[in-house]
Amino acid sequence: MKELVELLAKSLVDQRDRVSVVQTETDKMVNIQLTVAPEDMGKVIGKQGKIANAIRTLVKAAAVKDGRRVHVDIDQ
Amino acid sequence: MKVTEKTGKTVEDAVTAGLIELGVEREKAVIEVLEEPVKKGLFGLLGTTAARVRISYEDDPGEMALDFIRSVCKVMDVQAVCGVERRGEFWSVNVSGSELGILIGRRGETLEALQYLTNLAVAKRVGERIRIVVDVEGYRLRREETLIRLAKRLSEKVKRTGSRVVLEPMNPHERRIIHTALQDESRISTFSEGDEPNRRVVISLRRGREF
Repeated sequence: MKELVELLAKSLVDQRDRVSVVQTETDKMVNIQLTVAPEDMGKVIGKQGKIANAIRTLVKAAAVKDGRRVHVDIDQ
Repeated sequence: MKVTEKTGKTVEDAVTAGLIELGVEREKAVIEVLEEPVKKGLFGLLGTTAARVRISYEDDPGEMALDFIRSVCKVMDVQAVCGVERRGEFWSVNVSGSELGILIGRRGETLEALQYLTNLAVAKRVGERIRIVVDVEGYRLRREETLIRLAKRLSEKVKRTGSRVVLEPMNPHERRIIHTALQDESRISTFSEGDEPNRRVVISLRRGREF
């Protein structure tokens, strides 16, 4: 899941080397924290969170096999 | 894809020459060193052999879309075969394989997200907006046929009962399929109401003939 968020974020931002993804897990939940450069926030969130939601939708699809709930947070 | 091979005194010289020839920035190019310069003779007294590099970069939006989708499939652990073809103004990417329901999602939700992100990722690399349509296992075509059948059936019902029918929420593309399917029906009018993402098509009798 972490790899997917990283791949998607790096495909969208200008400052690829400032993308970092941290994944923490419990037995029921997977929490993913995406951090990008402040200037790139708009590129991973989008108008009304459209891009962020698309990222979450894909991550949820990837998590189906896993069976756990995934939560993606975006930070600068 | 554009490719060139260059030689030079040092690897750096060869790379620079190649980048200039292709007219591409370093970050967008793939650089492979084919031969490092090697000193000839004792202590390099006979000079050094030339450095040889291969520089390539992708300039085709269709191939970029394939790159992106293949990478996504790989990290999602989904086995898929992808192909792309240009259709006039846009590129059409087809993804096929088994177990691809995961890439389609509920009412094509995951497929929409994948298509949206593919368009953004390619636009980012090309520097301009490019339209890419992504389909998985012919889902879009099947969905279009289903929507057209649904539109025809409901329009018959509206003509029979005289009361309007409100469809379930759909994305702009799907709503357009419904409007287009019924545009030649002289007794029927269609319009959309509500706000995204809950905008719905309404099928009703054409005004003036309602009563």
